Amino acid sequence: MNKQILLFFILITACSTNIFSKTIRVGNGERVTGIQQGIDMAAAGDTVLVTEGHYRQGNIIINKPLILKGINFPVLDGENKHELLSVKSPFVTVDGFHIQNSGHSSMVDIAGIKIYNTHHVTVINNILENNFFGIYAQQGRLCTIQNNKITASSDETHLSGNGIHCWKSDSIYIRNNSVTGHRDGIYLEFVTHSEVDRNKVQKNNRYGLHFMFAHNNSYTENIFRNNGAGVAVMYTRHVIMKKNRFEDNWGDAAYGLLLKEISDATIEGNHFEGNTSGIFVDGSSRIEMEKNIFKGNGWAIKMQASCMDIALEKNNFIGNTFDIGTNGSLVLNTFKNNYWDKYEGYDLDKDKIGDIPYRPVSMYSMIVERNPPAMMLFRSFITTLLDKTEKVLPSLTPENLKDDYPLMKPLAL
Amino acid sequence: MKKIIKYVIADILRNKIIIAYTVFLLAMSLSVFNLEDNASKGLLSLLNIILLIVPLVSIVFSTIYMYNSSEFIELLVSQPLKRRTIWLSLFSGLATALSLSFFIGAGIPILIYQPSSTGIMMLLTGLLLSVIFVAVAFLASVTTRDKAKGIGKVILLWLYFALLFDGMVLFLLFQFADYPLEKAMVGVSALNPIDLSRILILLQMDVSALMGYTGAIFRNFFGTQAGVIFAFLVLMTWFIIPLWLSLRKFNSKDL
Repeated sequence: MNKQILLFFILITACSTNIFSKTIRVGNGERVTGIQQGIDMAAAGDTVLVTEGHYRQGNIIINKPLILKGINFPVLDGENKHELLSVKSPFVTVDGFHIQNSGHSSMVDIAGIKIYNTHHVTVINNILENNFFGIYAQQGRLCTIQNNKITASSDETHLSGNGIHCWKSDSIYIRNNSVTGHRDGIYLEFVTHSEVDRNKVQKNNRYGLHFMFAHNNSYTENIFRNNGAGVAVMYTRHVIMKKNRFEDNWGDAAYGLLLKEISDATIEGNHFEGNTSGIFVDGSSRIEMEKNIFKGNGWAIKMQASCMDIALEKNNFIGNTFDIGTNGSLVLNTFKNNYWDKYEGYDLDKDKIGDIPYRPVSMYSMIVERNPPAMMLFRSFITTLLDKTEKVLPSLTPENLKDDYPLMKPLAL
Repeated sequence: MKKIIKYVIADILRNKIIIAYTVFLLAMSLSVFNLEDNASKGLLSLLNIILLIVPLVSIVFSTIYMYNSSEFIELLVSQPLKRRTIWLSLFSGLATALSLSFFIGAGIPILIYQPSSTGIMMLLTGLLLSVIFVAVAFLASVTTRDKAKGIGKVILLWLYFALLFDGMVLFLLFQFADYPLEKAMVGVSALNPIDLSRILILLQMDVSALMGYTGAIFRNFFGTQAGVIFAFLVLMTWFIIPLWLSLRKFNSKDL
């Protein structure tokens, strides 16, 4: 009896793939060579397998729920004219393609893979090379973009689009992708409730990750290296940023993390190393920065006087040229229990908290802020002298910008 | 000429002050590298030593040495020797001796602990600064007959190069804050060998902080190979011109 039931189930599962959805093989060496033709033949829920080869078939439109899968990364070549894959149906999976040379245009956003006004689209394991935009989601919902490798090589900003671009979308999951050489690595505009995790974003012309009016998103464990600026978060509320690494974002206007007009954000456990400015904060409020490491940056944090209610707690500041830079004397932010390697105080009661407050803004950093050419006197004897006198009698540096409870030992982060 | 150089070097190397200077530099650089937990911080402390102590010792020691050996110089002049030979050999002797003690005191620890481009830049600029301030001392001592006045003069000169010049630059920067002075700063930095050395070393060290707009201009200029060569040529002229002026003065000086 048991055996019969088992057999029945095996038969059911074996048949179901054949009966309810079929697999269509298309491509070189198959009966059907056109990928679009294969998609047109397929019914909803089918799988279209594309064999290995180099395809110059222009724009391919996916207008029904199906799985489009490449075997051994078939190359879809847009010959610098076409958009390659246009997804216009929900429940579509695009898996395992090598997509290259999409068209360029200043009128429409041509992408390697573009998702039009739909939901539940999955784009995984693709290689995108030298496209205008890499993966573009326009009014998408519940889409997943995962394990893609996106590269471009254009040096001119107007000729290159963004690696992953999401516009007016909701609940997009962007995971484990690597984006190199685009304008912005990942760009989110009017995108909500999305997650950006474990991506590796490097050498993009402008920002590694760019948020505009994108509320309630989170990004964690990403690596942003060598971009024009690491991450720009602009005009956004409720962003959670955790465990990311911001490295080597060098240049005149380069920042590890740029925060402009944002509020209610959490920045926790990130690592900022070797940036011109680790974080640049302008006009922002209610931000909690906790347990971050700032190491070897020019300025660890540049905080404009237009910020309020920013709480810095339990961060490590190690080997930065300047710890904090600011442009005014108004301070509405709090600093507490951070470790500053430049702290010269003492701890008589042995509670591991320094007895005198630490002032992270040096006289010289104020001078440089007001008069940038003064950078020429960097680390000269006279600026050291000025800093020391300023520490004794603060006049130019903001009186209230201080950490009253600086730690004596670095935190183990 | 060789004989005089040899004599001067042997004379100076036996000098207690020079030995103390070498030992001081050695102790300083070894302790700096051993005490600081990260090597870049060690280099930074060493930077201040090189930019302040090396010029001070070079200029004051050479001046005192020149005054003390005035009788020896008179003796040499009475011999069938060209004044030019005497002066240049004295200079070579002093410059070699001071460079040697800098090399032993600071150069060897740098090469052991930080054989990076920063370290090598520091070593080269330190050697050049030693030579430059010997030349400045020669000019000061040949133009002033009185010993006390001469020493006072060189201390003032050191103060000017180490501190007052930077103060003046800062003052000018604030006076002319409305003008774009970034490019002019490259030229201004050439007016002071200590500043020029500092910038050369820092461009190897704190790249991220110097990448501001001014930093970028400095980097574009001094960061390239041509810029580094230009900077070294400027540093060379900084000892060639004082030396040449002092030589001209010495040739016609009534001893």
